Amino acid sequence: MAIVLKQRSILPGFGLTLGFALFYLSLIVLIPISAAFVKASALTWAQFWHTVSAPRALASYRLSFGASLIGAVINLFFGLLVAWVLVRYSFPGKRLFDSLVDLPFALPTAVAGISLTAIYSSHGWIGQYLDAVGIKAAYSRLGVVIALTFVGLPFVVRTVQPVLEDLDKDVEEAAASLGANRWQTFARVILPAILPAALTGFAMAFARAVGEYGSVVFISGNMPMRTEITPLLIITKLEQYDYAGATAIAVVMLIVSFTLLLAINLLQKWSARRHTAGSSADAEFPEVVKQDFALQQG
Amino acid sequence: MAGAIALSARNGFIPRPHATGATTESAAVRWSLIGLAVLFLVLFLFIPLAVVFASALEKGIAPYFASFRSPDALAAIRLTLLAAGIAVPLNLLFGVSAAWAVAKFEFVGKSLLITLIDLPFSVSPVVSGLIYVLLFGLQGLLGPWLVAHDVKIIFAVPGIVLATIFVTFPFVARELIPLIQAQGNDEEEAALTLGASGWQTFLRVTLPNIKWGLLYGVILCNARAMGEFGAVSVVSGHIRGMTNTMPLHIEILYNEYQYVSAFAVASLLALLALVTLIAKSAVEWRSRQSSGSLTAENWEEAVP
Repeated sequence: MAIVLKQRSILPGFGLTLGFALFYLSLIVLIPISAAFVKASALTWAQFWHTVSAPRALASYRLSFGASLIGAVINLFFGLLVAWVLVRYSFPGKRLFDSLVDLPFALPTAVAGISLTAIYSSHGWIGQYLDAVGIKAAYSRLGVVIALTFVGLPFVVRTVQPVLEDLDKDVEEAAASLGANRWQTFARVILPAILPAALTGFAMAFARAVGEYGSVVFISGNMPMRTEITPLLIITKLEQYDYAGATAIAVVMLIVSFTLLLAINLLQKWSARRHTAGSSADAEFPEVVKQDFALQQG
Repeated sequence: MAGAIALSARNGFIPRPHATGATTESAAVRWSLIGLAVLFLVLFLFIPLAVVFASALEKGIAPYFASFRSPDALAAIRLTLLAAGIAVPLNLLFGVSAAWAVAKFEFVGKSLLITLIDLPFSVSPVVSGLIYVLLFGLQGLLGPWLVAHDVKIIFAVPGIVLATIFVTFPFVARELIPLIQAQGNDEEEAALTLGASGWQTFLRVTLPNIKWGLLYGVILCNARAMGEFGAVSVVSGHIRGMTNTMPLHIEILYNEYQYVSAFAVASLLALLALVTLIAKSAVEWRSRQSSGSLTAENWEEAVP
């Protein structure tokens, strides 16, 4: 896989460290993942297709992808807002809020799950008010969206924050001096510069949400066809000793994961290119900004 | 700045000497944005955290502490510590090795390797557990062989450890790779030229440069190792007092309507999360301090 062509460095330890890294990677990650594909290959195509396109499976994809998408869109909007507020303004408790943004990374999903359920159930801190106006948050699809929004919250904030910090004030001053109002400056100068980072964060939040299990199972109510997410369907099939069915759906999820990983890598490369182009000393105006100004002048 | 003054003058305003209106927003916009952001963070972060502790202490201090005294709770805490105690050092060793190979050397397939290291992050926790069941379970590829040799991995402690290792696999490596890459090879090459051995070079030159990133990676790895739910749930078999980790114990208590006990155990993990966040802030602060102490500019000042 990783074939060494030549070793230019005088530093030692290349063979040892790469050897160990590849051995450990194969043992822990590659061989077990291949096991899923080997197991799935024992199924005929018809069996595989029948399992992964069953109505219950399709309903679970719709919920998993739909709720993840809604959660990621909420996080895209609020992530931009939170990143902006944390970078540009000062207000009491700012450091505290900044540290707390990473909570969904640090808090175990089972803890988040029971806590969100307690909040949004009909007697909970927020659930009782939602109940009064006829909105059922826990044990419904809305609950799934709430949990998936929680787990994806840090991504957009953390991808956009550094880019926003490095953004040159000069560009904004230039835009203002050329007659742009604040909204135009944001939409045409700042937004294009942070967009790749924001989309990277969006894709990460989406990918994380699609696979999420722990926080959702408590709040969703787990009703087949209605509030059953795809990872839960895998568990259900396992508990019924339907290993072939679980494997088939797991393979679908693995392929989705690989695709999303690839997309995130491409987005990150795009973001890094844009970021360095925007902040390097001799290119103070990113390419897009230049084009935008050209359009405006024309 | 000149533009700001010109603009406001045109609109008939008298420019203040420190007018920055062109590159900031009006106070009303500013405070509404802050208010909206804070509301979102309170709703999604503060309240869930507060509810964990409020529910745990709902019936007072005594029932709270009683929750930790049951044998099942103690067994769950022990197993969680064991799984993290094995997974974190192994992933640390892997992380340092992988980061050294990837960051210090050029080889074909490097970017593929980096992508593969990230793979466990993008796999659903449930699928992460399932792949070990498909490999080591009774129906698994190695199942018959394991049964013949009386080795139990799935629904036993080794499976839990393996699943924990898998889900925390990338943490240390992905923290260290960009850090070591940014350091470059110059310092290590200098040390080697001056006669240091490879191991001495790593311990005395590389390690001090990466220690804060390393610590941060370990902290994150540990938090996830102790908190993992989905992957461990698939491989554990939920045998009380035997294969239940703290998150699995929380699920059982919660499903049995023992809310105070469930939230009491959850509050321990929430405390761990808070410690993780504090440690993260401290490490970030320290690494800014140490990277600030030796930049290219003050290096020249320090060494005339």
